[in-house]
Amino acid sequence: MNTELTGAEIVFKALSDHNVEYIFGYPGGAVLPLYDQLFKQKKIKHILVRHEQGAGHAAEGYARSSGKPGIVLVTSGPGATNMVTALTDAYMDSIPLVCITGQVPTHLIGTDAFQECDTTGITRPCTKHNWLVKDVNQLAETIHKAFRIATTGRPGPVLIDIPKDIQFKKGTYKSSETIRIDSYQTNFKGDPVQIEKAVELIANSKKPIFYTGGGVINAGEKASESLRELVALTGFPITSTLQGLGCYPGEDSQFLGMLGMHGTYEANNAMHDCDLMINIGARFDDRITGMVSKFSPGSKKIHIDIDPSSINKVVKVDVAVVGDAQSTMSSMIEIIKKKYPGFKSSNKEKISDWWKQIETWREKKSLSFNQGKKIILPQHAVHRLYELTKNQDTFITTEVGQHQMWAAQHYKFSKPNRWMTSGGLGTMGYGLPAAIGVQIAHPKKLVIDIAGEASILMNMQELSTAVQYRLPVKIFILNNEYMGMVRQWQELLHDKNYSESYSEALPDFVKLAEAYGAVGIRANKPEELDEKIKEMISVDKPVIFDCVVKKEENCFPMIPSGKAHNEMILGPDEKESISEEGKVLV
Amino acid sequence: MSKSAYSVDISEEKLERVIIVAWVDNEAGVLARVSGLFSGRGYNIESLAVAKVDEERNISRITISTNGTKSVIEQIKAQLLKLVPVHNVADFKIDENSIFKELALIKFVADSEKLKQAEKICIDFKVEFLDKTSQSFIAQIVNTRREIDDFIKKAKPFGLVSITRTGPLAMSKGSETTRDNKGKVL
Repeated sequence: MNTELTGAEIVFKALSDHNVEYIFGYPGGAVLPLYDQLFKQKKIKHILVRHEQGAGHAAEGYARSSGKPGIVLVTSGPGATNMVTALTDAYMDSIPLVCITGQVPTHLIGTDAFQECDTTGITRPCTKHNWLVKDVNQLAETIHKAFRIATTGRPGPVLIDIPKDIQFKKGTYKSSETIRIDSYQTNFKGDPVQIEKAVELIANSKKPIFYTGGGVINAGEKASESLRELVALTGFPITSTLQGLGCYPGEDSQFLGMLGMHGTYEANNAMHDCDLMINIGARFDDRITGMVSKFSPGSKKIHIDIDPSSINKVVKVDVAVVGDAQSTMSSMIEIIKKKYPGFKSSNKEKISDWWKQIETWREKKSLSFNQGKKIILPQHAVHRLYELTKNQDTFITTEVGQHQMWAAQHYKFSKPNRWMTSGGLGTMGYGLPAAIGVQIAHPKKLVIDIAGEASILMNMQELSTAVQYRLPVKIFILNNEYMGMVRQWQELLHDKNYSESYSEALPDFVKLAEAYGAVGIRANKPEELDEKIKEMISVDKPVIFDCVVKKEENCFPMIPSGKAHNEMILGPDEKESISEEGKVLV
Repeated sequence: MSKSAYSVDISEEKLERVIIVAWVDNEAGVLARVSGLFSGRGYNIESLAVAKVDEERNISRITISTNGTKSVIEQIKAQLLKLVPVHNVADFKIDENSIFKELALIKFVADSEKLKQAEKICIDFKVEFLDKTSQSFIAQIVNTRREIDDFIKKAKPFGLVSITRTGPLAMSKGSETTRDNKGKVL
């Protein structure tokens, strides 16, 4: 016979059945029964953040770096609304989160009760699915469904809203094995006919390129191995989106660097001129395509994506495979090996002109910079950080802006799940809480948030969380006193009217670190940079590293709005005029 | 001029009017999910009709009349199918392969002279009379949108005061049906 459990007991039993180790959360009136249950058990540990948004991003960092879903527990009303940014962020970047929110008791719903809000209504467009549980006997089943939906297909955030009286009420627990979701279908295996067609195109191409994205990361570590095998097998060049960095080694000779708005000259020109584009797990985002009508006009396009709605959404493709990246790539490898043994060497001649062309683009050295003796260039700072940390397994998170793009350009990743950044939503304030989540998942590893001085202030309070749990995260601030990307766009597009993009007052970051109980380090000059970075790495505490960099440095190369991949600006001396049409774009 | 660098160039594509049907779990919030998807992604809803059609499986049928280019219609279908409670989605074009019907209730209030003329038009359009009084009646018409529009236009001067319409419902002709992912007819 089933013994009855309270709603709160059901929640923790279900979480432990799904092997949850950590919850990121913040208590409040409508979740007190859940926090009481948390107190009574030992298995699941709770990380107390300082703001609910921080819990959300920490859970994202945990999920992205570990491959497991991130769990969040927050209260009703403001607890839930503070989660909206993090949920939207996770939805855009396909990060599996299970968010549990408290709700006012069922009999008060609709009365404008204290800390009441329509949580499921507010979060409907920013979750993969959400539920308001009004019957305690549905609670276990709902949690099991939530885990399945968050982690399968294209991953994403889900939310379960639990009224306070349901947390107290007794009901029966159901195990997860019996759960069915009739209307929910995922497309794991790609259509073999389409896969055959894709291989056919690969075999006939003279100017191919792989364009890979976050879908490869989401398909698991094995997907990155398959990608490496596929790229080695074909000898084709490969470029990656921001989210896909790490699937393929950043220093490999076949890798052309990141593509898109701040991508390399060689990657973007190769995308523009290719005759075959093989998109694996990327979604033709506007930061990638630039002007869609001018996007890679002469190519055939293969699109491998687990989400059918991504196909033909922005760019029409010739061959679409709806399926898991790993499963599709291993099928492709199998077919190539069988049908075209020794493909790489037999095909080498066919693509040799293409490689020669790519080498001439490479000679432009579009990521180069001139570090002088007086002031640190931000690119140089990231480059030195990379050189001094590449020999250990390092995890990088970022905030959003110029520093994020410099990090993507100059920090080279050799493994997946080592790079956590807010790509789709572009959330300033993401990096520090995300780093906390990463450090929880990987306690012994070096975790660095490459930040800007404006972004970091958006979730600065989470340093207190890092200190509380002795998480030695490193915050590496490229401090130029400007909202740098805003400043850059104002310079290029708005007649140098630097409207509200300069922070006239900033905290002393060294003192700020000390106030929180962390360590503060400042570097002002190029010659002291290396020593100070080494010092930062050696400290076994949270560190704020205030790296004072050149104020007006811009992030290049850049595809201005409304331009094509082959119309990049490479540096400050080369300013193309931007049309009125381009100016309205973001 | 295209409004955005991101959108597909649709200037060459034709707008077409279609009826989109979604079979959904009859649960709280499902209509908000569907209508929110349309407003959030900038799709148009001309009319919307929804009711439970399968008591046993607890499935409702949502019928939405919309317009868009071919690629927009495909995108609407793909996005709808992604919603967890949606079992399947179909689209019906206005052609010989589908039946479209809409119901309207129309109230006339006027003197007996005008009402007589209104009744004449009603008879021409084969409407059913409901709730007749000496100063008023309600007409029920079941027909295509265009026929109903036509009727309203003609009857307007003769005491027509109030209209309610369901929006079109659609069903495929012949033995053709839509099935869910388990192969069951919806």
